[in-house]
Amino acid sequence: MLHVSASPHLRDRVTTRSIMLHVIIALVPVIIASFFIFGLAGPMLFVFSAAISAGFEALSRMIMKREQTVGDLSAIVTGLLVAASLPANTPLWILIVGDFIAIVVVKQMFGGLGDNFANPAVTARIVLAVSFAGQLASYSVADKLLGIDLVTRATPLMIAKEGSQAIPSFMDLLLGNHAGCIGETSIAALLAGGLFLLLTGIIDLWAPLTFIGTTVLFTWATGADPVLHLMSGALILAAFFMVTDYVTSPTTIPGKIIFGVGAGLITGLLRIYSAMPEGVSFAILFMNILTPHIERWTAPTALGGVKHAKK
Amino acid sequence: MKMNLLALSRSIHPKDNKNTVGMAAIPLTGFSKVTIPLNMQIGPGCEAIVAKGDQVEIGQPLGKPIGPWSVPVHASVSGQVASISEEILSDGSHAEYVTIIPDGLDTVSPLVKPPQIETKEDFIKAIRDSGLVGLGGAAFPTHVKLDPPADRPVDTLVVNAAECEPYITSDCLICNNGAPEVVEGILATCKWVGFDRVIIGIEDNKMESAKALKAAARAVKDDPRWPRDGISVKVLKTAYPTGAEKVLIRLLNGRIVPEGGLPCDIGVVVHNVSTLHFLARYLKTGMPLVTKVITLDGSAVATPGNFEVPMGAMIEEVIEKAGGTKTTPGKIIMGGPMMGIAVDDMTRPIVKHNNAILIFDEKEAELPEESACILCGRCIRACPMRLLPMSIDKAARGLDVKELNARHVQTCIECGSCSYVCPAKRYLVQNIRNGKALVEAAAASTEKGGKS
Repeated sequence: MLHVSASPHLRDRVTTRSIMLHVIIALVPVIIASFFIFGLAGPMLFVFSAAISAGFEALSRMIMKREQTVGDLSAIVTGLLVAASLPANTPLWILIVGDFIAIVVVKQMFGGLGDNFANPAVTARIVLAVSFAGQLASYSVADKLLGIDLVTRATPLMIAKEGSQAIPSFMDLLLGNHAGCIGETSIAALLAGGLFLLLTGIIDLWAPLTFIGTTVLFTWATGADPVLHLMSGALILAAFFMVTDYVTSPTTIPGKIIFGVGAGLITGLLRIYSAMPEGVSFAILFMNILTPHIERWTAPTALGGVKHAKK
Repeated sequence: MKMNLLALSRSIHPKDNKNTVGMAAIPLTGFSKVTIPLNMQIGPGCEAIVAKGDQVEIGQPLGKPIGPWSVPVHASVSGQVASISEEILSDGSHAEYVTIIPDGLDTVSPLVKPPQIETKEDFIKAIRDSGLVGLGGAAFPTHVKLDPPADRPVDTLVVNAAECEPYITSDCLICNNGAPEVVEGILATCKWVGFDRVIIGIEDNKMESAKALKAAARAVKDDPRWPRDGISVKVLKTAYPTGAEKVLIRLLNGRIVPEGGLPCDIGVVVHNVSTLHFLARYLKTGMPLVTKVITLDGSAVATPGNFEVPMGAMIEEVIEKAGGTKTTPGKIIMGGPMMGIAVDDMTRPIVKHNNAILIFDEKEAELPEESACILCGRCIRACPMRLLPMSIDKAARGLDVKELNARHVQTCIECGSCSYVCPAKRYLVQNIRNGKALVEAAAASTEKGGKS
């Protein structure tokens, strides 16, 4: 039997699943770092969240009677990113609510992978932070590895806002040895993951660079400490894992630049002028909503074509 | 590792699989029958001028052109016309075939003699009589390209030796062994059509061919037909689709063909290296286009190689004579793996613009399963025409003619790069083709006064 199909007859080896697997591998340093900073609670939150997300994904597809997509691993990535945005002492039930919002509400109710307009993990983080502000206000760090002695501390951005304690040293910021969400404190681990994604061609530099650059420039221009703003909060986590999300960010280079600069500006504005210490999630969600418009503004002109075809 | 920090490439890099490089073309003869289509070109073909039972000889015309674009087709063997039949091809189109049972004598027709050329008109007529069409794969009639309209003056001849499709090495072979003839073809074209400059574009995975072409060009520097600005060989980085006409022109001299236009709109004519090679041979011998050098390769082929086959030979018989297959074929492709056509019937004939037959084993022929578009943008970065393949795909699936036009669906050159890179394995090119058909159908119904 001869197969007949339209050209091309060759396909690249990259699949959706292999891309998601790369992102999971890129998050491994972050998960490992979380153990040293937050104790066993760190990795456990990551693993639970990934499993719960995968469960929600499989269940939603089953209930909706649509083809099973849990094998594309995107739910695992979302689960890991939801966990990354939570403090180590998050109660399990809040984690479950977060994964439910990310996978069921934001992703599957809009049609599943590719059709969600907002980043599931970012939206879940915002919903949890707003709904359970009390429960999520304290950030614990491990006093003893493997022990349950968690002490709660203020995050560097809270310190910067309130000025109550001393800001952690540069080395502590780099390694992540301070209070914060379990996936965002260790800049070194995030850079390792980001570098892996860049080297394997999964992401490009445009959005991360413009996002980080704009935030740093903005905070510096307003007189804040740009190094502190660069190395604390969710900035680096978001730069490599959230503003680079394929589905909810623009596809063209000018689009990525607009997205990065826009998200950076909003992050800076919120961090400096709002009552909240952090603004990354709101900035990304806002730019997610703007993405279809950015795509329209930045659609490339066909080679040899006239600019801005009449609609 | 394929770092892509700035994502600026607009090309792809499939494994080139040029396994047959340097293999000489082995002539295959003794076919049990040949089936010659009366249309092997873009535009209308010929109508038959032979009848069942006629005795024909090699080089004898079988059909006469029915329009200004048509070129004749010729007998590729000597023998008896067994039938003139009409068949419906897999794409729904009709084709008329002249079937000849060879007598094995290979008698050459007395009509075959070198053309007498005194004027440009003689030259254009001779090229048309030779049955020549673009041998790079498009089958655009060469005499039309050589005679651009008076309001489109051309100054640059681009010679396409890029051969960017994986597997195929037939053009490379022609450059290695026939570079002087390629250059002779260029000079003849320069003399009668008149070009200021000639640029030969070739990829850097064929350095031997590039050297041969450079040496052949240098050898004729003092020829009176040498163009004003000379003949240059430009070596380009190996990437797909460097050899796509519009991409090649842009890479070689920076000019951009306007949307919906032809290279002659910007003063350029592009010919494939094998077209010019044939042209030179024809001017010398008068033997029309009756054989073709093809690359036979792919995972199911027992002995990959280059073969010279008579026009109209059945694919099945070509494979058998060339050494057969080593496993069950899963897919047979006429042309390269990126733009070639999957064959539904092994008895289809070799035609003028064939440059390869690829046979994939069953594993390689397996069709990937589609999943949802994740908007990764790989297709956009791969598109040499700066289109948004995933948006056109979506519009085509939604039968949205307005959106298809807004997304410039007709600009797509169907190079296949978008489908190649798609991680969701979407059938982008297939849907883009459907989109083109939708737009054409809508335009036709508007013309007829119907509502679109």
